Amino acid sequence: MADVLDSAGPGARPTTLFTTVTLVVLGLLALAVVFPFIWMLFTSLKPESEIATFPPQLLPHRWTFENYENVWTRIPFARLFLNSILFAGGVTIVSLLLDSMAAYALARLQFRGRNVIFVLILVALMLPFQVMFVPLFVTVHDLHMLDSYSGLIVPRATNAFGIFMLRQFFVTLPKELDEAARIDGCGEFGIYWRIILPLSGPAIATLAVFHFMYNWNDFLWPLLITSSMEMRTLPAGLALFVGSHVVEYGVVMAGAVLALLPLLVAFVFAQRTFIQGIAMSGIKG
Amino acid sequence: MSSRTARLQHGRSWPAMPNRTTIAAWCFLAPSLLVLAVFVFWPIVYSFDLSLHKWKFSADAQEWAGFANYARMWRDARFWNALGNTVYYTAFTVPLGVALPLALALALNRAIPFRALLRSAFFLPVIASFAIVALAWRFMLDPDIGLLAYWLSFLGMPHVSPLRDPNMAMPAVIIASLWKNLGFNMVIYLAGLQAIPIVLYEAARIDGADRFQQFWNVTWPQLRTTNIFVLVISIIGAFQVFDPAFVMTPGGGPLFSTETLVTYIYRQGITNLNLSYAASIGIFLFAVVFLLTLAQLRLTRSWED
Repeated sequence: MADVLDSAGPGARPTTLFTTVTLVVLGLLALAVVFPFIWMLFTSLKPESEIATFPPQLLPHRWTFENYENVWTRIPFARLFLNSILFAGGVTIVSLLLDSMAAYALARLQFRGRNVIFVLILVALMLPFQVMFVPLFVTVHDLHMLDSYSGLIVPRATNAFGIFMLRQFFVTLPKELDEAARIDGCGEFGIYWRIILPLSGPAIATLAVFHFMYNWNDFLWPLLITSSMEMRTLPAGLALFVGSHVVEYGVVMAGAVLALLPLLVAFVFAQRTFIQGIAMSGIKG
Repeated sequence: MSSRTARLQHGRSWPAMPNRTTIAAWCFLAPSLLVLAVFVFWPIVYSFDLSLHKWKFSADAQEWAGFANYARMWRDARFWNALGNTVYYTAFTVPLGVALPLALALALNRAIPFRALLRSAFFLPVIASFAIVALAWRFMLDPDIGLLAYWLSFLGMPHVSPLRDPNMAMPAVIIASLWKNLGFNMVIYLAGLQAIPIVLYEAARIDGADRFQQFWNVTWPQLRTTNIFVLVISIIGAFQVFDPAFVMTPGGGPLFSTETLVTYIYRQGITNLNLSYAASIGIFLFAVVFLLTLAQLRLTRSWED
């Protein structure tokens, strides 16, 4: 998995003609796939008068940053951005802590009922969010947590998939580590915090990317839990802004570019961790 | 083995203070178990309860409904429409969403120039929020100012408005979904391809197998676990589609032509607050997903034997 984006597979080098044809086809396809992003970027750099003309043009006639200036006032963009950071960042930090604690108990401690708990985690892993969001909405309502940060974060404070994934990693670490630490008088929390966690850097990083990206991009959950514009995150806020206003597409596209930027930068710098985190989300389903 | 000897052996295998370890274990597990109990397991139980009542917010006692909500699904044309649309969406996104990424992965697993760049390009939509890029799609397909709609006019489709046309709205949602998920399945297939031992290809070449024979006799059989995995998560994902349909075509699309099961649950449960009816449709969807998961387990197991 590690080198999925840059290593070559087996097989003889294909012929030059075959390579050229493949390359042209792939190049055109890649251009088509990237095109919506190019369109978003160029649109965000056009004045509104050029956006609302027919026939539409791809490139701006006059390049401008005015959409990037207006996005802060026309949309409560700073607030949406802050909410996205607090929601995705909060869930990532809290869930990493709770996931790894539960995984530590399941992977490293012998206790009665362990198998039952593990099966329960696997069952939770297979229950899709889409089938139960209505009763979940009522539950959050009954707890008086609708339209609040706690309502967004607390129900996601742990993740069955995260527990499962870290448990699978923790069981591979040698048992002698805990035993040596126990002889030295280290308690269970000390073993978890000072021995197991520091040895699990890559697994934790992968899960962190998975949690952050999943929640940063998530739409249905914030849509469900929040109702005021002050509490919306970027995807829900931008989509509902387009749904309810006479649309200034330039401003919306500037907001969309800014919303995509953090993950794009992270992807460029931590591609490998990213790919692993995403390949994992497939297992989650 | 009797239960008593089992317990004795059980006890002997970890003699060092089982009580303290057990207490520590439950302390580590308690926060996660509490969250899962309240926000995963309880809602599932609650959804059965909801579906058997005529639930109203702020009512003192909820009226019992028996199976009336399920009977209502049977008579509800909008439910059947949503189910039909979901099957339509699945029937196109799944085969294409498996075949195209496989072809891409095969092409990009060779030593061709710009390989890493091309792979990153196909992967780009995966890291974006679907709700946000669906806005760009909606804009590109706008008949008045959208570039894609304008280009379609050169292909003999003047003044098209795909998202307002009942026959074209769902195909537009399907194309956007394929675009979004292409890179995801491609990465899974690349990982699957790279896990195939190179010696198998070397042996095949020594036996004189050409490229197609290598594909059918080495690559294809070696990919079967990946194939089942991709197929099943694609089907389950397709049955739960929400974001593109909801953002590209708000309100269910022209003549409800893009209303899917999950957007219908949302509309019934959250917009109209018909919580009981929405919970019943959720349980129907749950049954479908459950059967698909079972099928996957059966398939994987029988192929491993």
